[in-house]
Amino acid sequence: MAERSRLILSMHLDFVASFIFASDRTWIWLATYCFAVASAYSTYSLFSGKFMAPRLTLALVFAGFLCQTVFLGIRGHAVGRCPITNFSELLTFLSWSMILIYLLIGSSYRLSLLGVFTTPFAAALSVFAVFQPTTPAFPVRHPVNPWLEVHTSFSIVACGAFALAGFAGLMYLVQERQLKTRRPSSLFFRLPPIRTLVVANSRLLWFGFVLFTIGLGTGFLIGQDVDWLKVAWSSVIWAIYGGILVARIRRTMAARWVATLSIIAFSLLLSMFWGIRFISEVPPVR
Amino acid sequence: MNISCFGLSHQTAGVEIRERFAIPDSGLPEALLRLKAVQGLEEGLIVSTCNRTEFYVAGAVAQLPVPQFFHEFYRGLKSGDEPHLFQLPAAGCVRHLFRVVSGLESMAVGETEIFGQVKRAYEAAVREQVTGRRLNKLFQRSFHVGKQVRSSTAIGRGNISVASVAVELAEQIFGELEGCKIMLLGAGDTSEKMARSFKSRGARQIFVSNRSFDRAKALAEETGGRAVRFDEWGREFTDLDILVSSTAAPHAIVTVEKIAPILRRRGDRPLFMIDVAFPRDIEPEVHRLEGVYVYDLDALQLMAERSMQARQQEAADCDRLIAKHVADFQAWMEKSVDSMIGHVGLNLPPR
Repeated sequence: MAERSRLILSMHLDFVASFIFASDRTWIWLATYCFAVASAYSTYSLFSGKFMAPRLTLALVFAGFLCQTVFLGIRGHAVGRCPITNFSELLTFLSWSMILIYLLIGSSYRLSLLGVFTTPFAAALSVFAVFQPTTPAFPVRHPVNPWLEVHTSFSIVACGAFALAGFAGLMYLVQERQLKTRRPSSLFFRLPPIRTLVVANSRLLWFGFVLFTIGLGTGFLIGQDVDWLKVAWSSVIWAIYGGILVARIRRTMAARWVATLSIIAFSLLLSMFWGIRFISEVPPVR
Repeated sequence: MNISCFGLSHQTAGVEIRERFAIPDSGLPEALLRLKAVQGLEEGLIVSTCNRTEFYVAGAVAQLPVPQFFHEFYRGLKSGDEPHLFQLPAAGCVRHLFRVVSGLESMAVGETEIFGQVKRAYEAAVREQVTGRRLNKLFQRSFHVGKQVRSSTAIGRGNISVASVAVELAEQIFGELEGCKIMLLGAGDTSEKMARSFKSRGARQIFVSNRSFDRAKALAEETGGRAVRFDEWGREFTDLDILVSSTAAPHAIVTVEKIAPILRRRGDRPLFMIDVAFPRDIEPEVHRLEGVYVYDLDALQLMAERSMQARQQEAADCDRLIAKHVADFQAWMEKSVDSMIGHVGLNLPPR
């Protein structure tokens, strides 16, 4: 009897596992759905002035994050390395990093509303990830290059931090504008205080910059042909972020400019993801 | 429904009349005992605040003309007082109480203080055993309604006084005010009110500067802050977060020329300036500087008025909610009267 039960359980587990492993994209779809609902709900709550349940948004974001984690876990298990082997995985990893940082800092900096800006972006990235060309569910495993792993993972987590810094900057500009007009709307009182946004923006920039520097540095140690276009573009972005931080240390740049440049720099970074992919001489990392 | 309320409020009488009929907290137990002795009264309760003195009664006394009641209760009514008195029987009384507790009848619509005042009045009446089944039910229901109105509508949202608007803005700039350095330029009444508002929200570092150093010291002592000589206030500016200016200076004392060099040393630290002086103490161009936000009396007043308008618009929603509770209470009263008739075995024709 016990033997039969074990057999049935095993069959069930096999069935569930085969479903999960055969359709890893289902998890991105689920994540997209969670982020889209969270985005719609928090945006409606913010602009309508109705009662907000930030925990619901947070729960949806967390559910989406778990779905992404399962997807990346499946892919990581399949490729035997950090799952950044195609553009779909890269976008998911970027979105996952951003949400991870959001979940870590959101509550500590009274920045739960950062979700209003983060979730639509996460949903958009997930949609792009879903529509990227598919790769086999069980791809051929390549030998692991530790420098490549550090380079890609650190660079993308840094991008996640820069994305959040950009959103904090955007929120700062919204708040600043409202204060300067002297007629702040109800939106002003629902967004975080500008001082909190300045601090969060600064810490995210520092966090992202340190990771990006490590990612950029380890890129030279991979041992493959160097794609100078990627290096040049990355160096420009690194220099912009470095410049912002130096200006902050020397107190020569107003918070409004730091916020504006955070958005511009992240837009450039984002364009690098698509731009270089199409014009680069070297095919995407595999 | 054999209940009613009567009395006078800020809507029917001026302050000089209201203060003659007001019952202080210390005199409330004695007043309740006198009320208990009124002939025909089964239950009673007195709500007396600076804006209203209202009697809620149940029993035959509810039919009594108000002037007669006031004449007997206060031992004399002046000629000319009568038009200032109001009486609301039955459903009107229930609706009125629900509106009072919800802050809709207050001078500052949506304020919350009245809720506590009515609650204390009710507790005092319960202690003196003047209330009974009907008023207990009515007041307990009113507290439920008051809470529901506040939680499900925006009647309490936004601030309607200049000082509280300024503090709310400061909180949206700095978050917690505990670590903020605040300077009061001028030590008049407005500065004092502002200082109290900031202190009530956690501000700890308050500096006071005034042409009369003694006055600055007095206000600093009152607010737990530190006095600064008027010719030295500029030195504190580098790490200042909030400036409240209310001097009687005939011209601007905070100018771009004075501020711009200091701002360079402050980095990205925002500076919030509240100018409540007339004529203004802060040059209007200062608001254009990076990271500086100057709000004068007009701007603050406008925000307070917008909040007030928003609250008044919200009052319609509140009234709809209250109407439902009034109908429920009426139904309860009718049901309880029917059950009492059934209990004593009266044989009445069917309705």
